[in-house]
Amino acid sequence: METKNISIKVDNLDLFYGEHQALKSVTMDIAEKEITAFIGPSGCGKSTFLRCFNRMNDLIESCKITGLIEIDGVDIYGKIDVNKLRKEVGMVFQKPNVFPMSIYDNIAFGPRTHGVKKRDYLEHIIEDSLTKAGLWEEVKDTLNKSALMLSGGQQQRLCIARALAVSPKILLMDEPTSALDPISTGKIEELCDKLKEQYTIVIVTHNMQQAMRISDKTAFFLLGEMLEFGETSQVFSQPKNKKCENYITGRFG
Amino acid sequence: MARSRFERELEELNTGLIKLGTKTEQLMTASAKSLVDQNVEQALSVIEDEREIKMLASEIEQQSMQILLMQQPVASDLRKITTALKATTDIRRIADQSKDIAEIVINLCEEEDYTTPTDIRKMAESTKQMLSRCIESFVNMDIEIAKEVIEMDNIVDELFLKAKAALIALIRKNAKKADEAIYLMMIAKYLEKIGDHAENVAQWVIYCVTGERKIRKIKKTGEDGKDTRLKP
Repeated sequence: METKNISIKVDNLDLFYGEHQALKSVTMDIAEKEITAFIGPSGCGKSTFLRCFNRMNDLIESCKITGLIEIDGVDIYGKIDVNKLRKEVGMVFQKPNVFPMSIYDNIAFGPRTHGVKKRDYLEHIIEDSLTKAGLWEEVKDTLNKSALMLSGGQQQRLCIARALAVSPKILLMDEPTSALDPISTGKIEELCDKLKEQYTIVIVTHNMQQAMRISDKTAFFLLGEMLEFGETSQVFSQPKNKKCENYITGRFG
Repeated sequence: MARSRFERELEELNTGLIKLGTKTEQLMTASAKSLVDQNVEQALSVIEDEREIKMLASEIEQQSMQILLMQQPVASDLRKITTALKATTDIRRIADQSKDIAEIVINLCEEEDYTTPTDIRKMAESTKQMLSRCIESFVNMDIEIAKEVIEMDNIVDELFLKAKAALIALIRKNAKKADEAIYLMMIAKYLEKIGDHAENVAQWVIYCVTGERKIRKIKKTGEDGKDTRLKP
C-alpha cells in the first residue's frame, strides 16, 4: 500500500473556551488527497477542531490553543499570514452562505481579494471552479444573475466553487449536506469523491452513512477527546473503542 | 435503552439460530444412528424433518436481510448479521447432507445387510461431537470452543482417508461388495463435508467476536511429504 503524504499534522492539541476545555490532547495525522470524516455527538468538539485548521477560532476572544498544528510542515499558529492560510484552507459550511451578488461575483470575490484583476484570467478561474464543483453546465448562461436565485443544492455547490476559486490545498466541510435533499446530497458526495484527486478534504458529518460512503478515514470524538481514528471500513466494522462502537451502533447513553 | 426494536430483532434472530442449530444437531444424530442401526424408519423421518430445517433456515435468512435493510447495522451488529447469514448456509448444508446420508441408508438397507466400517462409525461420532461443540460455541459466542472445533476437523479428515482405504480394500477383496462400498464411500464423504461446514460455523463465530477472519488450518503433510488435506 502506498503511504500518503501528511497534509495536516496535529500534536497534543488542547483548546479552551475560557475555563471550558473543548479539545483534549488531540494527536492525529491527516493524509493528503484523502477524505477524513469527523463524527461524534453534538458538542464533542469536532467542529471546533475543524475550525482550528484555518484559525477560525481566532475570532473567538476567550479561545486559547496549545499544542501543534502543522500544514505541509508549517506551524499554522506560528508567525504566518492568516489570509494566506485561509486561501490554502477553504471552508464550506452547513448552510449555503452565498453572497447577495451575482454568481460571477461570488466566485470572483476571492481571486479579486487576492489581487487577480485580468478579466480573461478571472473568467478562466470562474469556469474552472464551477466545472470542478459540477455547476458549470447549470449556470453558464446565467452567470450575471443573483446567486440567491439558485436552489439550496446549487448554492452549496457554488460555495464549493467559491472555495476552489482561490486554489486551496485543503477543503474543510462542516456538515455540508445537512440542509440538502438526497439528490443534492448525492451530487455533493459524488463531487467530494472527484475533488479528493486534487484536494485534501476534512468533513464533519452527523450522517454516518455519509461518512461510510465517502471517507477514507474516520475519527470519532467524544467530550473533546478523539477516541478512535482509522480506516473508515475498520472503524465501522470493528471499532476498537467501546464508546465509538456504542455511538455508531446507535446505543449511546 | 436506545434502539429497543433493533435489540429485540437481534434477540429473535439469535433465538432462531440456536433453534436451527439444535434441530440440525438432532437431525445429524438421527441420521448417523439410522446408518449404524440400519433403521429405514428413522432414515425416513430424517428426510421428513429436514424440510422443517430448510424452512427455518429460509426464515432466518429473510429476517437477516430485513434487519440489514431496515436497521443498517454496523460494527458488531453487522458482524452478527453476517455471521447469522453465513452460518445459516453452512448449517443448512449440514442438514442437507444428513438427509443425503439417510437416503443412502434406505438404499443400503434395500440391498442387503451391510457392515458400517469402524472408521465411518468413528467419523459419525466425531462429526456429531464437532457439530455439538460448534453449536455450543455459537450459543455462548465462545472462541475457545470454536478453535477446538477447527482442530477437530483434522481428526475427521484423517478418519476419512482411513475409511477410504478400507473401502478400497473391501472392493479388491470382494467385487460383489462394490455397490455397498460405493454407497459407504459417499456417506464418508458427506460426513467429511459436515465436518467442514461445522468448521466454517466455528470460523464465523470467531469472526463475530473478534472481527478477524484469519485462522487457517495447520497444513498437514503425510509420510511422503505431500499435503494430505482434502480437496473439496
